[in-house]
Amino acid sequence: MNSALIIILAFLLLSIFLGIRSSRGKDMNLEQWTVGGRGFGAIFVFLLMAGEIYTTFSFLGGSGWAYGKGAPALYVLIYITLSYVLSYWLLPEIWKYATENELMSQSDFFVSKYKSPFLGILAAVVGVVSMIPVIVVQLKGLGIIVSEASYGGISMSAAVWMGALSLTIYVMISGIHGSVWTAVIKDTLMIVIIGFLGIYLPLHYFGGFQPMFEAVDAAKPGFLKLPDEGLSVSWFISTVILLVFGFYMWPQVFSAVYSARSGKVFRKNAIISPIYTLMLLFVFFVGFTAILKVPGLVGADADLSLLRLSIETFDPWFIGIIGGAGLLTALVPGSMLLMSVATLLAKNVYKEMAPAASDRHIVRLAKSLVPIIALIAVYFTLNGGDTMSALILMGYSLITQLFPSLLFSLKRNNPINKYGAIAGIISGLAIVTCITISQSTIGTLFPSLPQAAKDLNVGIIALAVNFLVMLLVSLAFSKRAAQT
Amino acid sequence: MKMIYILTLVPFIGILGFLPFVNRIEPYVLGMPFNMFWMSMWVVLTSVILGIMYKLDPRNREGDQE
Repeated sequence: MNSALIIILAFLLLSIFLGIRSSRGKDMNLEQWTVGGRGFGAIFVFLLMAGEIYTTFSFLGGSGWAYGKGAPALYVLIYITLSYVLSYWLLPEIWKYATENELMSQSDFFVSKYKSPFLGILAAVVGVVSMIPVIVVQLKGLGIIVSEASYGGISMSAAVWMGALSLTIYVMISGIHGSVWTAVIKDTLMIVIIGFLGIYLPLHYFGGFQPMFEAVDAAKPGFLKLPDEGLSVSWFISTVILLVFGFYMWPQVFSAVYSARSGKVFRKNAIISPIYTLMLLFVFFVGFTAILKVPGLVGADADLSLLRLSIETFDPWFIGIIGGAGLLTALVPGSMLLMSVATLLAKNVYKEMAPAASDRHIVRLAKSLVPIIALIAVYFTLNGGDTMSALILMGYSLITQLFPSLLFSLKRNNPINKYGAIAGIISGLAIVTCITISQSTIGTLFPSLPQAAKDLNVGIIALAVNFLVMLLVSLAFSKRAAQT
Repeated sequence: MKMIYILTLVPFIGILGFLPFVNRIEPYVLGMPFNMFWMSMWVVLTSVILGIMYKLDPRNREGDQE
């Protein structure tokens, strides 16, 4: 075992230790295990949400896209920033309603707003299905980090298994509290490391940022601009809008909203959060530097670029520190995702069907589901060849389907009823599935459209259909209700 | 109150609305290609705008225990 792996292992043990410590002395009921007792102030909520938003995807996937696709990678920076503008209005409303009605999960929100247990189950299922690709991303990240840091000693698949195992253990012992404290360490460490790499690497290899970008531009003309077709300006705009709509629809992010002490917390956090995303710039700098220094990584291997470049540049002990930080960026969000999926299945699917089940029984069920979900994610990780970015975009096109009915539910006189909401979500999901399986784009579906329309993110179609079906079905059923 | 709604739209227009016109490499600013600089500048401006919204919003003046 080399020094890099030893240091990574030390990080893992430290985070498990913190998890055990923070859960000791508290009798963990379902509410504490999931929403942390609703007492978190601005800083805690900020860290909790940053813990979920900045995952190993921003670490490895962001540099991977800058490496593989160039300027289109900037979408990551922009969709997160614009989501915070939305959060200013959206989150206090969600928080207020959830607290008044003592809700625990996103499904509860739908059940309570639309008075439909079935809609709650549907929302839970959408959440579970959308989160699996994101868990896969975390496992991929863990796999990449461990196998790269072993300098070829540990295979990718063995590393993924180890990652899944540590993730499972971590979730089983700590609930949300463990995640918050590890999130503090994770974010601090990640900022320091990314800042360092993003400044040091371009300076070390090219003498500055501008010389680095000029060299990339000379080697790959047009790479630093959005292309005229494909990942073009219209792709960028439509993708960002789609992701902004989906941003707060993730069940784990949604329920993190519940853990706040007041609604003001979110308006306050919205101010500093965009600046925080600037850290992603440094991730891109690393990816762009890697283009000329570690060329030849194609397809999903682009996600390796940050670590490959680091291995070229630094001693093993420092790879250990980078890997340790990377491990935390997978472990913290990964644990929350696993916990969310398990809780959704136990509480919002199983309990709806077997209402007599006691809270203790549900907690036990949720905990025992964790390893099963981890196994499913391992299966997809080992059998899929997509880049992290492709996986994230797929998860987003699924989860965004919850946005139209959620947004309308915040209106005082909601024109949408449960039939419309259910029909809209189901038709949106059906279209996403068809599009994903047939690998269609708007260009292949409607070849006669102008280029700008062809490049629109295909998820827009699913969302538009969802919206229309929702309106029409609501209208049809409200008429019928009025007649009888 | 109206002002706040307008401010909400400003970052979207600044970043997405202007994108076709700023999708260029030259001139470099702060070492970054122009499109990257433009977006980074707007990220900072978004924070500023949200700060102004927070100040203007009467809801934040209520004595909330925070």
